[in-house]
Amino acid sequence: MANIRELALTNERLAPGHRLCPGCGLSIIARAVMRGTKDPIVVATATGCLEVSTTIYPYTAWNVPWIHNAFENAAATISGAEAAYKVLKKKGKINKEIKFLAFGGDGGTYDIGLQSLSGALERGHNFVYVCLDNEGYMNTGIQRSSSTPYGAWTNTSQVGKIHKGKEQFKKDLTAVVAAHHIPYVAQASSHNYMDLVRKAEKAFAVKGPAFINVLSPCVPGWKYPMQLTQKLAKMAVDTCFWPLFEVENDKWILNYDPGDNKKPIIEWLKMQKRFRHLMKPENTHIVEQLQKNVDFRWENLKKLCGKG
Amino acid sequence: MTGAECTAEAMKQINPDVVAAYPITPQTNIMHSFSQFVADGIVDTDLVTVESEHSAMSACVGASASGARAMTATSANGLALMWEIVYIAASTRLPIVMNVVNRALSAPINIHCDHSDSMGCRDTGWIQIYSENGEEAYENTIMGVRIGEHKDVLLPVMVCQDGFITSHSVETVELLNDEIVKSFVGEHTGHYPLLDVDKPVTYGPLDLFDYYFEHKRQQVLAMENAKRVIREIFDEFGQITGKHYDFFEGYKLEDAEKVIVCANSSAGTIRVVVDELREKGEKVGLLKMRVFRPWLNDMIVEKLGKIKAVAVLDRSDSFGAFGGPLFSEIRSSFHEVKEKPNIIDYIYGLGGRELDIIQIKKVFNELEQVKNGNVGDRVRYLGVRE
Amino acid sequence: MTEQLKEGNGGHTHQKEHKQKLKNWKEIPIGGKILEAGNSKEYKTGDWRTFRPIHIPEKCTNCMICWMICPDSCVNVGGVDDPNKGKKGVSDKPNLGNFGGFDLDYCKGCGICAEECPFKAIEMKEEKEFKD
Repeated sequence: MANIRELALTNERLAPGHRLCPGCGLSIIARAVMRGTKDPIVVATATGCLEVSTTIYPYTAWNVPWIHNAFENAAATISGAEAAYKVLKKKGKINKEIKFLAFGGDGGTYDIGLQSLSGALERGHNFVYVCLDNEGYMNTGIQRSSSTPYGAWTNTSQVGKIHKGKEQFKKDLTAVVAAHHIPYVAQASSHNYMDLVRKAEKAFAVKGPAFINVLSPCVPGWKYPMQLTQKLAKMAVDTCFWPLFEVENDKWILNYDPGDNKKPIIEWLKMQKRFRHLMKPENTHIVEQLQKNVDFRWENLKKLCGKG
Repeated sequence: MTGAECTAEAMKQINPDVVAAYPITPQTNIMHSFSQFVADGIVDTDLVTVESEHSAMSACVGASASGARAMTATSANGLALMWEIVYIAASTRLPIVMNVVNRALSAPINIHCDHSDSMGCRDTGWIQIYSENGEEAYENTIMGVRIGEHKDVLLPVMVCQDGFITSHSVETVELLNDEIVKSFVGEHTGHYPLLDVDKPVTYGPLDLFDYYFEHKRQQVLAMENAKRVIREIFDEFGQITGKHYDFFEGYKLEDAEKVIVCANSSAGTIRVVVDELREKGEKVGLLKMRVFRPWLNDMIVEKLGKIKAVAVLDRSDSFGAFGGPLFSEIRSSFHEVKEKPNIIDYIYGLGGRELDIIQIKKVFNELEQVKNGNVGDRVRYLGVRE
Repeated sequence: MTEQLKEGNGGHTHQKEHKQKLKNWKEIPIGGKILEAGNSKEYKTGDWRTFRPIHIPEKCTNCMICWMICPDSCVNVGGVDDPNKGKKGVSDKPNLGNFGGFDLDYCKGCGICAEECPFKAIEMKEEKEFKD
């Protein structure tokens, strides 16, 4: 794999001038992922922050062929593009090697686009799907999704006298995708960009569907100072809330184990104002519940990776 | 051959690059036959057996934007599920051809024919062509490819046939040979396709108050152009087959005083009644609608302007409106015209309720009153138990 | 003529200085397609910035982490030679990226680069300190 200084001389596939918030994790991830292949790529993007902010007509930030269809169908849309490519290549109308990539947020992937994704994975299209998980419907103004963490405030999981934020745990989408037994599944984080590029390279290289779930800190949704995006991502990994791992041909591989340096979840929570209410003494039980859940999932993952 | 088999045959001869489809009765028989062509390697098509109609249309959008010739087929609830992307296909100017095997929309669930599905799509920006029988479904599908892909049009095309009545009944059909169809439809080249990676194009941007309206205005022009292009394609096809089609096709209209207007398979039944009544000396006729979108205002006026009494048969209702969709269009076409027929509407055949000869005779009978200026109820229900 | 430009996703418009006539429906490609890849560069986001990144060359090692993690692709890249250039298997073209300055036309001033620079070679300073 190329080092950063070598990567820096490759073409920029996402131009500046897009209108994502300052400090947004989405474009950091999108830029890194698109450096995972030197081949031309066709990109589909689900409705969401990345889509609206990069293509405000008559401007586009994309230096690659790009399509937005709707919210729930990035995977189905890229399926059609990939099917077209297969046939047109067979007919000799195209001779280039082209790769296919879909981006969706957690709303477009965990929730409304899950069926479309599952179908495309099952059919075995040769494409890479990258979920940009910022843990909520941020583009529509911060509502809860099935990816929003337990206890988090959003505009549809408000904190009040009776309810104290979201009352359900985050869906384990990466495991759901792994259950499709596709060639490559991974979880990654923007702070570990070289790990992300390496995973993107693997994902583009396999024949068949590949999926990478990347945690993408959101400045207005998580409520933290904009320069801390990478710190937020790193802490999610250090607390084992967002472990880095790969599932390669059904073999689970843990990429990072903080061991004794595993941080308590409160360290991550206290960096974000969406969890501010959990800092009150009367809500410590919520933090404890979340910690239990994080620990349970982490131990379970280690077992799957043969480290239990 | 059944109507479904005719459609599959047309698709076989067209040999599209990508077909994405999901099962729904009564469309399924099209894909059963087409899947066999794929299995036998008779077509080059990549058949994407998606997990829903929503994904069927989504995949067609992806394929068509990539530069492929893309097709699908559906019915009723399947069409309703793909609704969102039906609009997107048209607005993105992708010439996808979709066969709609007309079936009643739920609820209650019903698998039989009415036109509530495709009529509900009348404002989506798709061209809509209706087919009386399997042979017409076959022909309309082949012509549909050329119409949609025309550079002045670039719109998706919906080819409709009646569920079960047409799709499942066996008739003798005249087919063209493969080479004729192949050369008629020609090679497809996309319009700024995604797969032209050296010229990266952005599809589907966020389009707010500065330009959205301009893009809609372009769609209006495309539909306007389609009026000319459809006629050109009908003529070109006619030269090959000797069959001359039009937006509206009259039967014994010349001296007719009482005329029924309808779409799809009912035309066959009505024609039988027209012949029978003509023998008795009654001046009756039929006007069959082939193209609903774009709507040819002037032609409907020309065809019906001198008729005294017209009954429109609508196989779907528009609840809360004044009559069904076909009636509304026709009535509106005559708004500025001084000399015009008395027009009444019959909602009929919902959920597959049979339209029989007795009912059609009843309509002509009631038109006698209308002809004499005694219009009565403008909107009536035919075949429902009162 | 003035062009109305959007600020943020909601479509709030305001008048901008750079001028471009809005085109009519016959002048734009059909179907909402945008044919000029990467033309967002015509839209300068630099005026969103309240803090400006300042590069400290003495501390910079050209590690290019700032380039890698910039959400706005606005760390310029200069090409330099690999020290091993000329040796077997190494291209004689520039093959390593070098820090080439910040593109202040687009930098929104998020400060991630300064926060993450392992050598503290970037500092954020308030925009009002600069008069240009």
